[in-house]
Amino acid sequence: MSDQVTPEAAAAHWAKTRRLMWTCLIIWAFFSFIIHFFVSALNTISFIGFPLGFYMAGQGSLIIFVVLIFWYAARQNRIDEEFGVAED
Amino acid sequence: MATQQDAFIANLGRIYTVYVGGFVGFVILMAILEFLGVPFRFILWGYMALTIGIYAFIGILSRTALVSEYYVAGRKVPAVYNGMATGADWMSGASFVGMAGSLYVLGYDGLAFVLGWTGGYVLVAVLIAPYLRKFGAYTIPDFLGTRFGGNFPRLLGIVVLFCCSFTYVTAQVYASGIIASQFLGIDFNYAVFAGLAGILVCSMLGGMRAVTWTQVAQYIVLIIAYLLPAIWMSTVVTGVPIPQLMYGSVLGDITAMEQQFIAAGESVKPHVEAFTNYSPRDFFFLIFCLMVGTASLPHILMRFFTTPTVREARKSVGWSLFFIFLLYFTAPSYAAFAKYNVMSLFIETGGIALPFEQIPQWMFRWGSIEGHTLVQICGEKAVSLEVVRAACEAKGFAEGFPFNELNLNNDMIVLSTPEIAGMPWFVVGLVGAGGFAAALSTADGLLLAIANALSHDVYYRMIDPKADSKRRLFVAKVLLLVVAVGAALLARTKPSDILSMVAWAFSLAGAGLFAPLVLGVWDARANRAGAIWGMICGFGLTLGYLVGNVYGFDLTKGTGDEFSWFGVASISAGIFGIPVAFVVMFVVSRMTQAPSAEMQDMILRLRVPRGAQVMVQTH
Repeated sequence: MSDQVTPEAAAAHWAKTRRLMWTCLIIWAFFSFIIHFFVSALNTISFIGFPLGFYMAGQGSLIIFVVLIFWYAARQNRIDEEFGVAED
Repeated sequence: MATQQDAFIANLGRIYTVYVGGFVGFVILMAILEFLGVPFRFILWGYMALTIGIYAFIGILSRTALVSEYYVAGRKVPAVYNGMATGADWMSGASFVGMAGSLYVLGYDGLAFVLGWTGGYVLVAVLIAPYLRKFGAYTIPDFLGTRFGGNFPRLLGIVVLFCCSFTYVTAQVYASGIIASQFLGIDFNYAVFAGLAGILVCSMLGGMRAVTWTQVAQYIVLIIAYLLPAIWMSTVVTGVPIPQLMYGSVLGDITAMEQQFIAAGESVKPHVEAFTNYSPRDFFFLIFCLMVGTASLPHILMRFFTTPTVREARKSVGWSLFFIFLLYFTAPSYAAFAKYNVMSLFIETGGIALPFEQIPQWMFRWGSIEGHTLVQICGEKAVSLEVVRAACEAKGFAEGFPFNELNLNNDMIVLSTPEIAGMPWFVVGLVGAGGFAAALSTADGLLLAIANALSHDVYYRMIDPKADSKRRLFVAKVLLLVVAVGAALLARTKPSDILSMVAWAFSLAGAGLFAPLVLGVWDARANRAGAIWGMICGFGLTLGYLVGNVYGFDLTKGTGDEFSWFGVASISAGIFGIPVAFVVMFVVSRMTQAPSAEMQDMILRLRVPRGAQVMVQTH
């Protein structure tokens, strides 16, 4: 029940947390901006009846965002448990 | 008292299942009453009375005399319910009423709003929310004041919060007044106070606790109200009740109809084609500002103070976005079906122009509403057939008018679609109740954010730190009332400038708060001087650009002294302030003394979920 975390464990935990943060931000930036740069090209492709470029902005990226957050929450929990800093 | 509450939390699932069942039953009852010939006014009043009654009931049940219950709902709101409450908190009257309309008008380019108002939650989850939860502050300025030390960062936080939240809450009161006056048939001046009463019954007695449980109830009303008409249209047009999947084929139909219009010599902006209204740069700047702004709005961030644990706070962001997603991924389909219905009017008449005799009644009904220009035909407000005919003949359309001469206001699409698509009154009333719920729930969250910053940060932290909890709650409630009445009085004057300023809130919040919140957690070297200068430069630059771009140096619109940098639109003003705040805060922090050892230790504890909250709140 102690609150004490060794400085080494805390540093290792934070390094891994940071890596996860950057991974998430890269995925976020890709589906927020980069993929939509190519909207006109994507619109020539048909996906379940939609022009793909329109679909990604209206629905596809949104689904990715929702999944990304839940994935992040699960990953971060595992990192917390690995270093023994999770809540009881 | 405590056991009673625990029983409430344990039974949440059952309570809200009964509530959903009851509400669906009520909708069915209204349908039956309509079928039996009950007048439509009665049905519309029925919806308003029932929903406001429920919110008031929850508000009164959740009244509280405990400080932690009042500010953070006792920190025991489970992730899923906090997600629903955040959804209602987030989706304003404008999202509910105006989003599909913007998409109708802007086509693909309007999706910048859909993307911008969802993607920001990734930033909330990864960068901010879990750490703020661990920190244990009651308000955002409270975090700034404690992390950076002293009352000046706290005060700057309050200024930013006030600037972005007060215009926003005024717009919500205005929207609730508009909806109440439309649906109840009463004068706008009184309807504003009906809206105000609806807002106050939820928030005043029980603070965050009451607002949380009402927002959950409001989310359920608004999502049912949004989905039902979309499902209805999808079933009528395509035969399949899944609008979000089926509008793909409708987009194809829209494109085909557009080509018919274009072949007849009309200029029509293709719905699915990108960058016909915004330049690519404006589109991406807007997305960026909306996302960063989302992750900085105090009334959203403070919702994540209410979860029991850090773990729940993270999951709760996921649930929030899921519940928001349900509405936002329906909005483009709503827009597509509505556009399909309107375009079909023009195609069905055989020719491309709609003959004057065949103009549907709804165009005049919505067109002749006083004080707003909702329907324009041939450049004139569609008040009556004579006016329309005269305007169109002056433009050389003798027989009828083409599609591109019909201008529908963004704000009428959702509210009028049930009528345009010929849905019965019980659906119209439901949509009204949904819009009302959306406006009230957002207003509650905003009001609480403002009043809590004033009562907790200004009064308790800065003026009278010795005040006992009874006095603190009294002050909190009085301030809430004052802010609410202020917003209502301002809304009554129909201040068009204030309403258009709401879009600014995202840039202002992003520029003023994003850097200190993110660096406060992720940069252990960030200190008081850095935070102060970062906030002043970022926020000052953005506010300066906004005012200068819209009003110019003499603070009057359209006098020619407005300036513009690289042609950036005022709505994307944060594009300057957000990076500047980061750079200034980073550099100034490194040029000045490092935070104390005590503060370094606090930051380390902030970063791990284990252990007690960083801040100890005195109750």
